[in-house]
Amino acid sequence: MFEYFLKRLVWTIPTLLGVSLLVFSIIHITPGDPALIMLGEHANKEAVEQIRKDLGLDKPLVQQYLLFISRAIKGDFGKSITSGQDVIIEFKDRFPATVELTLVSIFIAILLGLIAGILSAVKRYSIFDYISMVTALAGVSMPVFWLGLMLMYFFSVELNLLPVSGRLSYQFYLESITGLYLVDSLLVKDFPAFFDAIKHLILPGIALGTIPLAIIARMTRSSMLEVMREDYIKVARSKGCSSTRVVLAHALRNALIPVVTIIGLMFGVLLAGAILTETTFSWPGIGKWIVNAVYQRDFPVIQCATLIIAVIFIMMNLIVDLIYAVINPKIRLE
Amino acid sequence: MLKKMFIIAFVSLLGFSAYAAPKYGGTLVFGRGGDAVTMDPSHATDGNTFNATIQVYDMLVKFEYGSTRVVPGLATSWDVSDNGLEYIFHLRKGVKFHKTRYFKGDLSFTADDVIFSLKRQFDIDHTYNKIGGPFTYWLSMDMSNIVKDIIKIDEYTVKFVLKKPEASFISNLAMDFACILSKKYADKLLKEKRPGDLGRYPVGTGPFIMDKWIKDDRIIYSVNKEYWGGRPYVDKLILKVIPNNSVRAAELKTNQIHIMDFPNPEEVDSLSKNSDIKLVKQEGMNIGYLSMNMEKKPFDNKLVRQAINMAINKKGIVDAIYAGLGVTAKNPIPPSIWSYNDKINDYKYNPDEAKKLLTEAGYPNGFNTDLWAMAVPRPYIPDGRKIAEAIQSDLSNIGVKAKIISYDWGTYLEKTKYGEHSMALLGWTGDNGDPDNFLYVLLSSVAAKKPAQNIAFYRSKKFDALVEKAKVITNIEERTKLYMQAQEVFHEDVPWVPLAHSVVVVPVRKNVKGFKIDPTGSRRFDQVWFDKE
Repeated sequence: MFEYFLKRLVWTIPTLLGVSLLVFSIIHITPGDPALIMLGEHANKEAVEQIRKDLGLDKPLVQQYLLFISRAIKGDFGKSITSGQDVIIEFKDRFPATVELTLVSIFIAILLGLIAGILSAVKRYSIFDYISMVTALAGVSMPVFWLGLMLMYFFSVELNLLPVSGRLSYQFYLESITGLYLVDSLLVKDFPAFFDAIKHLILPGIALGTIPLAIIARMTRSSMLEVMREDYIKVARSKGCSSTRVVLAHALRNALIPVVTIIGLMFGVLLAGAILTETTFSWPGIGKWIVNAVYQRDFPVIQCATLIIAVIFIMMNLIVDLIYAVINPKIRLE
Repeated sequence: MLKKMFIIAFVSLLGFSAYAAPKYGGTLVFGRGGDAVTMDPSHATDGNTFNATIQVYDMLVKFEYGSTRVVPGLATSWDVSDNGLEYIFHLRKGVKFHKTRYFKGDLSFTADDVIFSLKRQFDIDHTYNKIGGPFTYWLSMDMSNIVKDIIKIDEYTVKFVLKKPEASFISNLAMDFACILSKKYADKLLKEKRPGDLGRYPVGTGPFIMDKWIKDDRIIYSVNKEYWGGRPYVDKLILKVIPNNSVRAAELKTNQIHIMDFPNPEEVDSLSKNSDIKLVKQEGMNIGYLSMNMEKKPFDNKLVRQAINMAINKKGIVDAIYAGLGVTAKNPIPPSIWSYNDKINDYKYNPDEAKKLLTEAGYPNGFNTDLWAMAVPRPYIPDGRKIAEAIQSDLSNIGVKAKIISYDWGTYLEKTKYGEHSMALLGWTGDNGDPDNFLYVLLSSVAAKKPAQNIAFYRSKKFDALVEKAKVITNIEERTKLYMQAQEVFHEDVPWVPLAHSVVVVPVRKNVKGFKIDPTGSRRFDQVWFDKE
């Protein structure tokens, strides 16, 4: 298995190179000179030339690309065009916020999604099944920003139960230790801040978690139904196993395989694609940072973000493979 | 007599209570759409950065709160030589830089700091010239062609030597890019091999001291009790990033923020009805216009240009598309800038008269042309496409058939600079509040050289003479006269259809007092206080 893992790891290198080349060329094919975009209406010829020179945009493309690759290997993605700061530091400033939100949403999605999926499968064609599956369909089709605004309108503005947006109320401040506020507040034993952070996580967590929740619920249901028809379930039943044990120990374990794949991929998607939720809830993560970088043609930021996201996706795939092996020994043997 | 005295006493008492003395204390939260990109404004071009740094830094001169008038800042006074080539600044004594957890060294402010802060922007041998990216604003304000050298005369006197007389130079120094940083702090960072931190951990002399910066979330400032301009009223200032306009409005309603930038035009009405919220309004320092390329027929003909001016229903456009957040324009400069010529009578919307002029010009049946519209919203043109459609329909009434053309923003600027268009929508946001920044930059013959800022390619000897003369004299009354005349010449020649100036609306909580909108786009809070919290 270790060998298999290593082999998979080595294979990521050409994938990453491919991604970097793709990103690099796409940016250069799209119209719009970054120097001109930075200067806007104020652009005069000398200023544009000066900025192109300062940013190294006057060098040949191949040279720009090679420079980028050799630095990226060392974790140096250069400096952001707009801020002049190290891209990797800018990334570190924002990434924990995204991670925290993603973890909470995926937690909500897995917990509720699995419960809903299992119950629907067990109580097939019941009222519960219909309601949860229709809700799941609605969840998949719901635009996140709209859901976010509606949640905010009801729970924050009308009922005044939860904060509107952000990670912490302005009365609180947490020094970044891990960057995850739930952890940091407990580390410094600031419990009011901890509860404030939880309150701030609920609405964006639901908004971001809805789509994965719906997908997980539907996947679990269909996968469970399939497994429940298998012979070994019948055997377990005829042995006299309790139905809880049949469902949780025998059926669920096998039914989880496709669900784990989806969860793994979802995690990657959420990490990279919480842009709408982050923007709606003023969540200071990487989503908005990346979108801004695209608008500003901030090459180093786009390159850094894309590569890191590609790495996350590849890592998630690896982890999913490992979890497979744990759940299903058959895969380990292959 | 006694009655009269009583009335006077009563009225003055009333007046006194209405203008109750400002109170100290409280935390002020300002909600805005985006975060600062750097804490070194000399590298920035965007308002979100400047609004974060203006709290921390001062310039040699500054704009009076809520106006474009230049008043003393870190310099208490300045002398200009007769030829306009030398400016001597007398610096304020006893000013201290902020004491922060990252810099506790020598905090005194001297001539060295001025020279460091500005010279690094044009002296290519300066160590800090290559750090933190290009000095975009210095370049775009053409400062390298204005400033020749900066010389220290003594600890509190600095001399600027210019390459050419430039009257708006002094206004440029009031802009954010010309802020004064601490040289000793910069030297320390350089010694510790982390000069990039100049853009992360600012040390300034301004009204607020930066405590914390959580990227894309909030910047936390505490009050600078020793501020030379007087202690600001609030104890703490937080600039909070809330990207979605509606969410920002919701935060204002729930009292999580006290002042908000850029409300959605359609939400302004509902905000104004909220009993806890009031609206502060001001005309923006900008102009949205339709330029007519005078290098192309038939726009070389003055009658045609005047006809187009009469054919477009500006009022209709402003009402429909600016949603009440705009006023029609008649001059190339906005009313918030000194020397605005209010005596000028705008061309009245009159399609019949326009048609007559076209006939007189030799186009009785109109003509075909192209009309360019930008695809991105700008402060002065909220929706280029919609405005272009309105203009297209107005023009069709006088037989002018305009085809609408759009490109992405970068390409649009590039192509219009080289005059590929016949008619194009564009606009300008003023930088330094000086009329020169509009009239010379956008309409002089020099600016018509490709790649041009003057995309009407308007070349008038009369107009040039006026704005060039006004550029080299420093007397403000004389300059005003010249700019008023220049606006008359513009009105006669009309290389543009001046369309609109956008109006800036800032909703604030009612208990927030003393807030004014700066026409330059700055958001300053040192005069702001809470009535009751």
